[in-house]
Amino acid sequence: MNIHEYQAKAILRNFGVPVPEGHVVYNGNSARDWARRLGDGPWAVKAQIHAGGRGKGGGVKIAKTADEVKQYARDMFGMTLVTHQTGPEGKVVKRVLVEKGCNIADEFYVSFLVDRATSKVTLMASAEGGMDIEEVAAKTPEKIFFESIDPLTGLTAYQARKVAFKLGFALPQVKQAVPLLQNLYKTFAEADCSLLEINPLVLTGEGDLLCLDAKLNFDENALFRHVRIRDLRDYDEEDPMEIEASQYDLSYIALDGNIGCMVNGAGLAMATMDIIKHYGGDPANFLDVGGGATIERVTEAFKIILSDDKVKGILVNIFGGIMKCDVIATGVIEAAKQVGVSVPLVVRLEGTNVELGKKMLAESGLNIVSADGMADAAEKIVKAVQAAG
Amino acid sequence: MSILIDKSTKVITQGITGATGLFHAQGAREYGTQMVAGVTPGKGGTSIDGFPVFDTVEDAVKQTGATASVIYVPPIGSADAIMEAVDAGIELVICITEGVPVLDMVKVKQFMQGKQARLIGPNCPGVITPEECKIGIMPGYIHKKGPVGVVSRSGTLTYEAVWQLTTRGIGQSTCVGIGGDPVNGTSHLDVLEMFEADPETEAVIMIGEIGGDAEEQAAEYVKNKMSKPVAAFIAGATAPAGKRMGHAGAIISGGKGDAASKKAFLRECGISVADSPAEMAEALLQVWTA
Repeated sequence: MNIHEYQAKAILRNFGVPVPEGHVVYNGNSARDWARRLGDGPWAVKAQIHAGGRGKGGGVKIAKTADEVKQYARDMFGMTLVTHQTGPEGKVVKRVLVEKGCNIADEFYVSFLVDRATSKVTLMASAEGGMDIEEVAAKTPEKIFFESIDPLTGLTAYQARKVAFKLGFALPQVKQAVPLLQNLYKTFAEADCSLLEINPLVLTGEGDLLCLDAKLNFDENALFRHVRIRDLRDYDEEDPMEIEASQYDLSYIALDGNIGCMVNGAGLAMATMDIIKHYGGDPANFLDVGGGATIERVTEAFKIILSDDKVKGILVNIFGGIMKCDVIATGVIEAAKQVGVSVPLVVRLEGTNVELGKKMLAESGLNIVSADGMADAAEKIVKAVQAAG
Repeated sequence: MSILIDKSTKVITQGITGATGLFHAQGAREYGTQMVAGVTPGKGGTSIDGFPVFDTVEDAVKQTGATASVIYVPPIGSADAIMEAVDAGIELVICITEGVPVLDMVKVKQFMQGKQARLIGPNCPGVITPEECKIGIMPGYIHKKGPVGVVSRSGTLTYEAVWQLTTRGIGQSTCVGIGGDPVNGTSHLDVLEMFEADPETEAVIMIGEIGGDAEEQAAEYVKNKMSKPVAAFIAGATAPAGKRMGHAGAIISGGKGDAASKKAFLRECGISVADSPAEMAEALLQVWTA
């Protein structure tokens, strides 16, 4: 789960990490008022959307007067910000962060994430701050430093010192960097982050370290123990269909193609998308109905797939496993009746009672094409959609 | 022979009094697995559907001599359940539970350092040695005893591979679902090493997903150390970058771990890679004769 920059900074502030003073606002007048309250300018005016690269799209401005803050904020509200992370449709700005500006003498990069190879949290740092870290990794990997963290001790002082010296800090900054890095790790560990990224960490003209931007992602599996963080979820930033799906415990991701998929199991769902592509089709979505696909969930899955008007055909691929195929067939038939499926529907069933399930589909009077195996199913739906198109 | 489990394996179920735990304990018992007991704190001394229930794994191990444990405990207590099993001397811990926090698993991995126990999962279907021992949620009847080892991150996609083998009359030695999470107990590489050492396994199907480099590490091993033929499929060729496809581990980030580069690398290492998930058995038969 993602949160906004201003929320991330509030969390960091609670963990004793230095961040600029600032406040989120929802209109131009309050932007100006908060700028005055924060003290003398300049101020940074930053559009709050869940995507990076905001500066290039006009989502970050430096204002010299409080009236300028108001003007910039007004310009941002309602604007559709397109960055390399939003996709071409962009995101509408509804919240703006007004912050006290600072003198930037130098910029650095710091992040924490779980390294699958070591099964540990890793601190990643670079003196190449303010840049895309993927770019640094590709061009100058020697400029990125790593520290693997023992969960028992947390980030130790010596590890933080090592990183600080590698970043080229002078002694006064090393002394600031040690608690700063340790508190960042503490935030990561205690809030169950999946990513914590500070880019840039700045050295101000006054010699202070400050986290100028902050990105926090959280492990959704751990949100049960972080009620306050869960409440920060901003539904405006998410695909409405994905939200709808999550309410029924369906894992759904919208894609650009025209063949809707309904599958049980994440791996098989991915493989089903792959095989559609393999036969020249284009999947409209990823949808995992999970292990216990009830009639209600199958029906909801159909509704969600069909609410996407790009969908010109549906492929259902269920490997029954513990689930019985006749139960799945009942669900598909009920759902098709309730929802009214007007596009070609190909169903591949495998598992317990498969013959009964197929018979039920055949006798349902509905226009359901039965398939034997994944390849047959994919070929049939691709052909049907192409014929209709 | 086989790997990890066989007909002599005695298994306890942690979380046996929950609906899921009981259902799958019954299923495993029907398959012929020695499901000797269950553990649910506070229900020790009782029994459920013929399974004696203990308060602690330690008690269950002392009373039954179990060497394997399967965990259906909800995510909030999964890490603790794994550590309890490891501490009680269980040799093989299989955690089925989906949704275990990643940082809990980071601690578990640290806890297991230097201990003998092996963990499979979490977020996995389990392990089966066909016609001998089934531990987990996979449907037993799709399997058949035979010479092919199967290792996979995904559940239903494993069934797909197994079914392709069984319908061609080819059986399996052991099928291992290692789970889809970014931090798990056993890797593809670990399982390949076991299959290589197992005289009953003649060939292997490895099923991977986008994200991470576990499949690449396994492929290096195939290239340098493995004498048995290996076929593979990598799911997620159509997954858009940065999107989460059900499994937290399946994230393409920074251009690494995508399906195309994984497939290319596996092929370089001499693995027969299926382009279509319908051709996993076929891909194996191209490099191995049943």
